[in-house]
Amino acid sequence: MDNESYQSSEYDVLVIGAGGAGLRAAIEASAAGVSVGLICKSLLGKAHTVMAEGGMAASLANVDDRDDWTVHFADTMRGGQYLNSWRMAELHAREAPARARELEAWGAVFDRTKDGRILQRNFGGHKYPRLAHVGDRTGLEMIRTLQDHGIHQGIDVRMECTIVELLKDGDRVVGAFGYDRERGRFRVFRARAVVLATGGIGRAFKVTSNSWEYTGDGHALAYRAGADLMDMEFVQFHPTGMVWPPSVRGILVTEGVRGEGGVLRNSDGKRFMFEDIPELYRSSTATDEEEGWRYTQGDKQSRRPPELLTRDHVARCIVREVKEGRGSPHGGVFLDIAWIRKRLPNGAEHIRKKLPSMYHQFKQLAGIDITEEPMEVGPTTHYVMGGVRVDPDSQMSTVPGLFAAGECAAGLHGANRLGGNSLSDLLVFGQRAGRYAAEYARAQTPVEPAQDQVEALAREALAPFERAGGDAEGPYQVQFDLQDMMQSQVGIVRTQEEMRKAVDSFEGLHARAGRVGVQGNREYNAGWHTALDLRNLLMVSEAVARSAILRKESRGAHFREDHLEKDPELGRLNTVVRCGEDGRMQVAQEPIPEIRSDLQQIIEDNK
Amino acid sequence: MSSATFRIWRGSSEGGEFQDYTTEVSEGMVVLDAVHQIQAEQANDLAVRWNCKAGKCGSCSAEVNGSPKLMCMTRLNALPLERPVTVEPMQAFPLIRDLVTDVSWNYKVKEAIEPFAPREPDAPDGTWRMEQYDVERVQEFRKCIECFLCQDVCHVLRDHRLHGEFIGPRFFVHAAALEMHPLDTADRTTELANDHGVGYCNITKCCTKVCPEEITITDNAIIPLKERVVDKMYDPVTKLFRMFRS
Repeated sequence: MDNESYQSSEYDVLVIGAGGAGLRAAIEASAAGVSVGLICKSLLGKAHTVMAEGGMAASLANVDDRDDWTVHFADTMRGGQYLNSWRMAELHAREAPARARELEAWGAVFDRTKDGRILQRNFGGHKYPRLAHVGDRTGLEMIRTLQDHGIHQGIDVRMECTIVELLKDGDRVVGAFGYDRERGRFRVFRARAVVLATGGIGRAFKVTSNSWEYTGDGHALAYRAGADLMDMEFVQFHPTGMVWPPSVRGILVTEGVRGEGGVLRNSDGKRFMFEDIPELYRSSTATDEEEGWRYTQGDKQSRRPPELLTRDHVARCIVREVKEGRGSPHGGVFLDIAWIRKRLPNGAEHIRKKLPSMYHQFKQLAGIDITEEPMEVGPTTHYVMGGVRVDPDSQMSTVPGLFAAGECAAGLHGANRLGGNSLSDLLVFGQRAGRYAAEYARAQTPVEPAQDQVEALAREALAPFERAGGDAEGPYQVQFDLQDMMQSQVGIVRTQEEMRKAVDSFEGLHARAGRVGVQGNREYNAGWHTALDLRNLLMVSEAVARSAILRKESRGAHFREDHLEKDPELGRLNTVVRCGEDGRMQVAQEPIPEIRSDLQQIIEDNK
Repeated sequence: MSSATFRIWRGSSEGGEFQDYTTEVSEGMVVLDAVHQIQAEQANDLAVRWNCKAGKCGSCSAEVNGSPKLMCMTRLNALPLERPVTVEPMQAFPLIRDLVTDVSWNYKVKEAIEPFAPREPDAPDGTWRMEQYDVERVQEFRKCIECFLCQDVCHVLRDHRLHGEFIGPRFFVHAAALEMHPLDTADRTTELANDHGVGYCNITKCCTKVCPEEITITDNAIIPLKERVVDKMYDPVTKLFRMFRS
């Protein structure tokens, strides 16, 4: 191994992650005239953005001309229970329309209004129909548009390549070290600036809508490079994942089903969402089924049905129904869109047209025709609001030269993300990260990463092969045990006692992860990849658990059975995680910067 | 709980063989679940490419009992489990290892196709107007998840290995999405005929049959492209007209 030479590349800006945020950042940096490398953990165009279904929130006001950026801003802050970075929420609401229109200029084909403009649909927590969409495959449209535009911009794309560690020179990030999956060869990337766009941490939980890639790589790379993480306790459990058959448990059922008029019922056939409507949303929620239906059909005088309350609330109501014995046969509740056939003469065709991939998904995977019968659904781990703490304007982390955008960055969504705000987040802050990373890179001189640092990383990465054979444990069981533990002890409903137990078990899991052995060679070896991803997964899991213990209240996606109420004091604090000098994880609470008075006024005006 | 045997290809470009793995199967399982279970319990280093596990990303393409399929959308109860289920890599691309093939050729092909070039915006705010009716034609093509199963089954690539002269069904769908895009102004007919080999397709519709997104590849994409090529390059009136003009 000592003789192994590492293929080395140099860029002005290295973007790690090629979903919506990474692609948008790479396109922007490239347009700024710097050289750009783009690392994909999978093949290009397969990242998790492809799974986004419902749409992209932008106050284009094509369907309801009362909408504008201020309402979108206020909705986002309310949804995030005011823990959001208000500056990011402002930039996001202001810039999302331009980012959506830009996609159209690059070839995206959104559904249309009658007068030929981009059509927008209703979604949970958004006051007006705001989501630009393409049926229920908006994410595919978005990533394909960015991909097909991006491949003509001179970006150097590295497919199926995983980054193991960031390389530093003093305080500054100067590159990254990784391997290509295909042959397992090591790669050194020198860069003047690095943008993290690695997505989420869903694989830390057993039931998740996320793929194998979502192991918190960006979070962990940033943490180990000395950056602050923020608000890691806020993990979004999407209320509607598939629950049956077992092998598809967790796969997402888009909120668009409810946006199109789908309703939630328990085993008594009751629409239980009417029973518990939070104070913050009472005045904007329909009082009866009739009004809710009218809203989904575009009646501007009506208020939204309670099925379109925020995801955190809907998920908890489902958990309550199941816990109290009113669940569906396989431990979920019923989501019924077939009922709209009573209201619409061409109901079945309408459902197939508006929700084609849901129709397809249930038909093929569960043998259920959603135009005929209800679906069974339950919560699934979907998204992490917490992430790398960044400057709201430039997206630079607390480490010079290291930027983050999209799901792996914190701030925009506060305690709970509104549906549709993720796709717009990727574009708005991907674009900003790309622009500022290019600007930063121009002002830097390149630095050669220290060779001994690279060699030490290579040795460490190969260690699992040396432990193969004998009684060395494989990586999968450690991953399964971690997922089981996080699901049961740091899941939707949390208590001090269980989370303490979780924190105590990390030491043992870390030790096991450090001893795993893998068989075979370095070519496309999923066992090896899993072994290397484990430490990231463990790091982010610990950050979630420790942050959740510190927040002794229930707010947004973070729900504690032992602290059921919101604590106004804690509503002024973000949770910050960083690596202490002793190598131990430190968790602290720090005040949210005081909101600008004009923005506060917007919030008041929209209450 | 019952069990089933999976005959999985193991090996690299240098050679390999089928190996049998017997594993437990439960209700609702798909082929990818079985492969993962085998990977976790019996063969940690089994190479398989996958992502979303919901038929949306097009990563887990393989040949199951000889047919090109997404492993994540192929339910075991649709297969005869009394005999071994064979799972092997796509045949139209070079093998990397086990079930994973090198599909990078596809990415190079796409780069060579003339990109989207919109007309001037319709409105002063830089936006366009399009009818839903007009976009639907293109939306069918844009459903494509790039699983490359259509490329795998196409005999021009699979049997005749004409990768250098023929871009394959996936990229005719891509070209059709651009050509029929209401805003696009570029003309790709010459390159489709000369560089992309649209003439090699003899309309056997194998691609349409395997498409997991049910895109009507041959009828809606390839045939209209062939017609455009004929209209532009071989129509006698146009030809005559061009002769006089030059």
